[in-house]
Amino acid sequence: MTDVTAGDPPLPPGPRQRPEAIRAVPVRHPLRWVSAIVVLGIAALVVDTFVTAKGLHWNVVGHYLFNDRILGGAVVTLELTAIAMIIGVSLGTLMAVMRLSANPVMSSVSWFYIWFFRGTPVLVQLWFWFNIGIILPFLNLGIPFTDIQWQGETIRIISPFLAAILGLGLNEAAYMAEIIRAGLISVDHGQTEAAQALGMRRSLVMRRIVMPQAMRVIVPPTGNETISMLKTSALAYICTVPELYFIQNEIALANYRVIELLIVASFWYLVMTSVLTFFQYYIERHYARGSVRALPPTPLQRFRHFFFQFHSPALFVEDAEPVPPAISRWG
Amino acid sequence: MATPMIRAEAVYKSFGRHEVLRGIDLEVAPKEVMCIIGPSGSGKSTFLRCINHLEKINAGRLWVDGELVGYRQRGDRLYELPDREVCRKRSEIGMVFQSFNLFPHMTALENVVEAPVRVKRESMAVASDRARALLDRVGLADKVDAHPRQLSGGQQQRVAIARALAMQPKLMLFDEPTSALDPELVGDVLNVMRGLAEEGMTMVVVTHEMGFAREVGDSLIFMDGGMVVEAGAPREVIGNPQQERTKAFLSKVL
Repeated sequence: MTDVTAGDPPLPPGPRQRPEAIRAVPVRHPLRWVSAIVVLGIAALVVDTFVTAKGLHWNVVGHYLFNDRILGGAVVTLELTAIAMIIGVSLGTLMAVMRLSANPVMSSVSWFYIWFFRGTPVLVQLWFWFNIGIILPFLNLGIPFTDIQWQGETIRIISPFLAAILGLGLNEAAYMAEIIRAGLISVDHGQTEAAQALGMRRSLVMRRIVMPQAMRVIVPPTGNETISMLKTSALAYICTVPELYFIQNEIALANYRVIELLIVASFWYLVMTSVLTFFQYYIERHYARGSVRALPPTPLQRFRHFFFQFHSPALFVEDAEPVPPAISRWG
Repeated sequence: MATPMIRAEAVYKSFGRHEVLRGIDLEVAPKEVMCIIGPSGSGKSTFLRCINHLEKINAGRLWVDGELVGYRQRGDRLYELPDREVCRKRSEIGMVFQSFNLFPHMTALENVVEAPVRVKRESMAVASDRARALLDRVGLADKVDAHPRQLSGGQQQRVAIARALAMQPKLMLFDEPTSALDPELVGDVLNVMRGLAEEGMTMVVVTHEMGFAREVGDSLIFMDGGMVVEAGAPREVIGNPQQERTKAFLSKVL
């Protein structure tokens, strides 16, 4: 640059030639291989011990895996889970809104409900509903101060299935109320103010502005609750509901193949929870829209990454913001 | 003289024991642009929020377009307005916030059409035509389908202005609309506001932009400690402040 004369302004920096991309020998990670082999070895030993256990008859497992009664039990388990969750989410939403209400009676009643149903074991609640007929042999339904009355025998009205639904659903509502309340209060107050300033009424603000944003916080734990409910529904066996656990237990009591039938039941529980986990993942992805710049990877992308991570430390997406990992409770 | 758009008489407001407004008297005429300046904590924003009843005043009277804010008076008694009435009145007043408060789960267009469709029950076609025109006017015709996250602060604030205008308000309140913006982006927002003022929109602007206050404002108020310390024509107040407190404040911000 010798031809620049003293009077000229300095030239702006021109485009420079891009240097060659870095190509380096990657650091070797021999310990990763060693630890992987050790862990796989231990895992193989454990699996082998059970698989080859003398008293375990795999042919019995195979025999009952697609047994009609077992499959029917799995369907009842799904029904229990779905209905209990529907009750849980609807009643939980009501309780959450009541809990946040300005009316002290509303918030106290909700507080009491949550305190009571969260504070007692589900098993106790299930057994209570199953036996309610002992203290209330007849149920009276009617409109006060009128002649419209209806009476029925409790045992006929509260069937084992209904007792299980009441026990599981009412208990779940208490947990869902807390989850939904946490979601509602997580939405920035400025959102409510902006909506109010536009002339939106409370109910409209809740429905259109607060709820959709709260969903991002509500959906992941609700998925966990559903998966958890699928397993908790096994407790309904105490109400003699013919769900998966009850059925396998019944079969096992007759043929003494306890472990084999537990394996059969576990297989179906795992299948059902896996399917739910899969759905949960995509629902979470849907509600993450608008709040994360790059969507989290799909299971397939993760799978691919897992098999290449021994060599490449690269992240999935370059400028992805940290996303809270989807927590699955397999309990 | 026409009914003032805003009239405040001895407005008091306290949060618990802390008195934030201690007797505000002022009038804003239709088509007037009033700027409010003052140190933080002086009650500027609180006063602005009282105008559309986001905050309840504790004493005094506040009228918008001749009607009491938040109450109905019969004889000597004040009756609180039901939620429905409060909402109807708010829908006639636009408000722009320091932190934009766009709805993050909606696109720019959805943000703008939400209130006209849900509150005023306008048809989607009518509302979205006007929303597009408004977004075009604030220079964001190409960002109609963008989510707030994908927009810069200045763009978000201009969407927020379009959202407020979509309700065809008779009065616009601006609560430090440029305070959260990078200096480079302030100009675009101020230009939109300047355009609004030229069209005759009645505006109350809480701001730290002295240049805007001087050039666009019809009147200027300096607030401190919950009171109006000095009021007058912007050039007068900024160029030749009478009160010591005003002089001290201006010497720091100019």
